[in-house]
Amino acid sequence: MSQTQSPAAGDDVLLSVRNLSKHFPTANGVVKAVEDVSFDVRRGHIVGIVGESGSGKTTAGRCILRLVEPSEGEAIFDGVDLFKLSQKALRAYRRRMQIIFQDPYSSLNPRMRVGDIIGEAIDTHRLAKGAARQARIAELLTRVGLSPEHARRYPHEFSGGQRQRIGIARALAVEPELIVADEPVSALDVSVQAQVLNLVQELQKELGLTMLFISHDLTVVEYLCDDIVVLYLGRVMEQGPAREVYANPRHPYTRALLSTAPIPDPTVRRERVILQGDIPSPLDPPSGCVFRTRCPFAIDACATTVPPRETVSPGHTVACIRQAELASLDIRKVSA
Amino acid sequence: MAAVSITPAPRITTLILQRKTLAIGLAVILAIALLALFAPLIAPYAPNKLSIVNRLKPPSATWLFGTDEFGRDIFSRTIYAGRLSLTVGAAATALAGVIGITLGIVAGFFRRADTVIARIVDAMMAFPDILLAIALVAALGPSLATVIVALGIVYAPRLARIVRASTLVIRELPYVEAARALGVPTWRIMTRHVLRNLVSPILVQATFIFAYAMLAEASLSFLGVGVSPEIPTWGTMIAAGRQYVGQADWMTIFPGVAIILSVLSLQLVGDGLRDLLDPRLRKDL
Repeated sequence: MSQTQSPAAGDDVLLSVRNLSKHFPTANGVVKAVEDVSFDVRRGHIVGIVGESGSGKTTAGRCILRLVEPSEGEAIFDGVDLFKLSQKALRAYRRRMQIIFQDPYSSLNPRMRVGDIIGEAIDTHRLAKGAARQARIAELLTRVGLSPEHARRYPHEFSGGQRQRIGIARALAVEPELIVADEPVSALDVSVQAQVLNLVQELQKELGLTMLFISHDLTVVEYLCDDIVVLYLGRVMEQGPAREVYANPRHPYTRALLSTAPIPDPTVRRERVILQGDIPSPLDPPSGCVFRTRCPFAIDACATTVPPRETVSPGHTVACIRQAELASLDIRKVSA
Repeated sequence: MAAVSITPAPRITTLILQRKTLAIGLAVILAIALLALFAPLIAPYAPNKLSIVNRLKPPSATWLFGTDEFGRDIFSRTIYAGRLSLTVGAAATALAGVIGITLGIVAGFFRRADTVIARIVDAMMAFPDILLAIALVAALGPSLATVIVALGIVYAPRLARIVRASTLVIRELPYVEAARALGVPTWRIMTRHVLRNLVSPILVQATFIFAYAMLAEASLSFLGVGVSPEIPTWGTMIAAGRQYVGQADWMTIFPGVAIILSVLSLQLVGDGLRDLLDPRLRKDL
């Protein structure tokens, strides 16, 4: 499968995830949180991982950073398989990839001053000492839109948006190449989401960062990302260049997700694809296509075959056995 | 602290004086400790000086706290007894702290160690405190050091449990994950991120252990497995006064008040320190 899954293989690929699986053994059976997920992240690009809660998007991000040990697969980062590294060898790579968390409250140690939180990143990798260290902390704080005086304050003295900026400063402190942003704005007030998103985008452009942007918000992903991967119950439903997937969604699940996003134009009408019910239990996923239980187009064959990934245009793949016949059916937009 | 100091941090004395309970607690416990420390200079009589004619005298100008059944001055004995009682309390608490915190944090972090540690802790908690202490002292032979070691071991599981439970919660929090993502070594995560956030429950538990240890020492002395009976402790004084409660209640009241005052003041200190060390409750910064 990995041969068919290299839409952007080449020198500019910084991270290449191949057949990533994560299974959690539980008392009631094995939860397949992530199953056979593959994608590439090109240098300086942003890949969005989209899905509902429980889709495995967060687990996938954690696995790549080895914060959760993956069960299977490879994550080739700059030519090295991160999953094969020992904890000791991994430490050197920690500097090259960082994470921004969803919850700005629990992601900062309440007993550490902001300067120490950012300083810990600098100290761990021995990047600077003494005055240079202070200067670097001040620089980072300024960079994310805070002021150097904030270094001696504690996290509880800041708002959610400011805390998220501190989290971003901590991630940037080690000058990483890859940043996994795990729903960095979904815990924030709508009014500050845009500010933080703009900051993330600005920093990404300026520092040439490569990003894995995990989100359930499709409008955010459309705005930010170059490529997207749509996950459902840990499996990839559809993936490809963002523009292509948004303009031409082929998987019924992607279509359903996209139809929930509002279009800021009152004259445009859209037929909504309403999904019935909840995401099924990952302990007992449906046979065949995992999405079939909620798919409005499911047929008997969907229960028997795991849909193979089919390439519909360069780099754009869909895992749906009916994608070809559904392609003609434009259910995304019906113009008024 | 490796803090970024742009303006100097407020002085520690200012921080303490701003908190009345902490200041009062510290003042009382310091006074008791100083009385004990300088007992030879302060005590009007030698603590073991017998005076049969003056037995069971009530408190008066001559005998501030009265005398006991052998005519020994209760005031002198009370301040002398503070030396041992406070030593036992402090040393046993410190030992219980070192053992309990280490076991708890290791158990909370390493699943394999946890199965062993949790079982040992449960087994120890199944024994009544005093019984376990007696067994340990009996095995090691009675002396000041063994009493401290025994009490330290007896009270360690209480801390181990609290620390383990909190560690299990904290180690899953995103800020610990962030530290791991940065490659911060495990021992530093344990101290900087986990232990620092455990200060409050540990302090509260430690003040209790201090009190329990002083009382347990009294029980051990009463049962004859404590520190040598010639050296007075508050516990042995209360134990001795028990028989005379009807005729000479001062024999139990004064050492009892000493215990109450030290425990109370230590709890005030513990409370105050907990607030002082919690940045969310420090309004002065």
